Amino acid sequence: MAEQKIMLGNEAIARGAYEAGVKVSAAYPGTPSTEISENLVQYKEIYCEWSPNEKVAAEVAIGASISGVRSMASMKHVGLNVASDPLYTISYGGINGGLVMVVADDPGLYSSQNEQDTRCVARAAIVPVLEPSDSQEAKDFVKFAYELSEQYDTPVIVRTTTRLAHSQGVVTLEERKEADDKPYERNPGKFVMMPVNAKKRHIYVEERMKRMAEDSCDFSINKAEYNDTSTGFITSGIPYQYVKEACPDASVLKLGMVHPLPEKLIREFASKVDKLYIFEELEPVIEEQVRAWGIDCIGKETFTLQGEYSANLLRTAVLGEKIETTPAKDLPARPPILCPGCPHRSVFSVLNKLNIHAAGDIGCYTLGAVAPLNVVDTTICMGASISTLHGMEKAKGKDYIKNWVAVIGDSTFMHTGVNSLMNMVYNQGTGTVMILDNSTTGMTGHQDHAATGKTLMGEVVPAIDIVQLCRSMGIRNVVEVNAFDLPELERVIKEETQKDEVSVIITKSPCVLLKSNRFPDKCIPVSDKCKKCGACLKPGCPALTKNEDGTISIDETMCNACGLCMQLCKFGAIEKVSK
Amino acid sequence: MTKNIMIVGVGGQGTLLTSRILGGITRKAGYDVKLSEVHGMAQRGGSVVTFVRYGDRVAEPIVEEGQADVLIAFERLEAMRYAHFLKKDGAMVINDQRIDPITVVTGAAQYPDGIVEKLGESHRIYTVDAMGLAKELGNAKVFNIIVLGIAAQHMDFSKEDWLEVIEKTVPPKTVEINKKAFLAGYERGN
Repeated sequence: MAEQKIMLGNEAIARGAYEAGVKVSAAYPGTPSTEISENLVQYKEIYCEWSPNEKVAAEVAIGASISGVRSMASMKHVGLNVASDPLYTISYGGINGGLVMVVADDPGLYSSQNEQDTRCVARAAIVPVLEPSDSQEAKDFVKFAYELSEQYDTPVIVRTTTRLAHSQGVVTLEERKEADDKPYERNPGKFVMMPVNAKKRHIYVEERMKRMAEDSCDFSINKAEYNDTSTGFITSGIPYQYVKEACPDASVLKLGMVHPLPEKLIREFASKVDKLYIFEELEPVIEEQVRAWGIDCIGKETFTLQGEYSANLLRTAVLGEKIETTPAKDLPARPPILCPGCPHRSVFSVLNKLNIHAAGDIGCYTLGAVAPLNVVDTTICMGASISTLHGMEKAKGKDYIKNWVAVIGDSTFMHTGVNSLMNMVYNQGTGTVMILDNSTTGMTGHQDHAATGKTLMGEVVPAIDIVQLCRSMGIRNVVEVNAFDLPELERVIKEETQKDEVSVIITKSPCVLLKSNRFPDKCIPVSDKCKKCGACLKPGCPALTKNEDGTISIDETMCNACGLCMQLCKFGAIEKVSK
Repeated sequence: MTKNIMIVGVGGQGTLLTSRILGGITRKAGYDVKLSEVHGMAQRGGSVVTFVRYGDRVAEPIVEEGQADVLIAFERLEAMRYAHFLKKDGAMVINDQRIDPITVVTGAAQYPDGIVEKLGESHRIYTVDAMGLAKELGNAKVFNIIVLGIAAQHMDFSKEDWLEVIEKTVPPKTVEINKKAFLAGYERGN
């Protein structure tokens, strides 16, 4: 019997790529897509890399495809925005070796800055989209995506969501089938997208999608399950599972390909059911097309545009059931927080003390926006901290940003922050940029990048020196500070923010969760010296709690002895001892 | 028949290891199984939930309100937050530990009193000071396996199967202490 294994959706996607004979994979980490690369790298037949951003990753995969091998780029939904430039044009060019981009959407915003729907991007870029609904399909659809890619000369997007990417299910494993390298032949008409060529390719692309739409009526991944025909659902992905859970007797048209749509199949299904529901998370992509064909259906007037769906949503909205549960009221929220010993907390405690605003960026340090740190004022997208600060200065003048800094992590700086810093220098900005260098991509679970000196495949390589990189742009004020040296940090921030030229402050301290980090010490309170002033509690370290008498306790299992609370105590009432 | 298990707690408490053991045992028994987890930013000390569903054929990967047969709570406040996911006759195993959320640390909110008593009025609950027991065993980190041991009394797998799956799932160096922890909970829950 074939081997079966419980696999995370992302693990199954990696397995699918392996079985399909993929040889090259490139990605930038982003929840919920990161584990695809982390699993792919375990297959020695596949070259895998972390690229500095998704645009670069997509282009690496495109290059591999043009050279004739099957390749993959994976990213989260907002990563596709960064990679959309190559996507829109490689849609015209098409492929040589099969090219698949896996894009993970995040309905419910578990770990993202927006709830955008990748199907809308794919429709605009004229690229087909497959959408699996469990781990087994995740593997199977990836393999099918490579067949489609090569058969129709197109990049293919496999769209997942957080619920699929981070759910585990049973998967039947198969052997890898090596895909022979396609011979490379120079073909500027296909791969040099200057106007004269692109005009011709646009005609091809529209014809391709029309042909795919027609053929997809016979794809086995689009299937009608006829049952009780009084109610019918058109659905795809994880929402399909909710339909099967709540309405197991209803008829279902399950779409494995959600762009382009199989018109004949949909018309046939619609004609056979009395009441037709379109059940899709986020945007009404299927619904709008179905309505455009003049087919009557129920969609977003009943089902929300926001968040994740559920079987209970169907039970209430379609079956009219009441879900009678009583959630406890007014419980204290438990939002995510910076870890005990996190160097970002130390930096934010100083910025907070100095009443400095931060234009923020994407990473754990976004948590500097919430109480009790309250330092980060803006978070838009990767790399935006530096450029938004520059925009403020150009709008309001250089004195206006004397109490502002841009705050960005090392990985995000390498992603797109570096472009913004170049712009600040070139256009004579005077902003202060703080690069919080914790030697890793922290929030997604510790991935390496060009400045860490290690690759995804584990090779030790020369690290790009962030200090030298900044200096090479002509920035004279590049200062390195230990993130936990509060007096020095305060002095440097005060000094650099007042200068009428660009400054870069690099705070160096590795992420506390890095496995290489060792914590031989712990901090302990000395209660007879404690004046109960609460200064140590201000930065909101979760290892500290206030006792009923006003003194404090420190949870020794959580404390990493960063010494921040110790430095904030003016009375010597916290000491560092060995564990 | 589909059985629904939930594991709730605070990011970093080891819910993922517990769910891996649950995944292993359900497969060993030949069931179809789906698990759903939280990765990424929410793991940083936030409230986390893991769903485990097993049966002949499992469709959705999540457990919804009013559907859980067993709710395993690694922290008191989180037990209360998710109590309404439990079926009327479901069982709740609570590690009687308090971890203050940041909203309590900063004084913006108060940690509720009498959680265990309140939950006991409307639910079938089993409480344990698993952290204390784990320290007695010599490793505070295995507290979650003690809690799992108690919850195991509300699922239909044999003790031997549990121990075998634990042996296969946990890091080799920690097999003995984890087995001990499981048995400590299992025998207590009996």
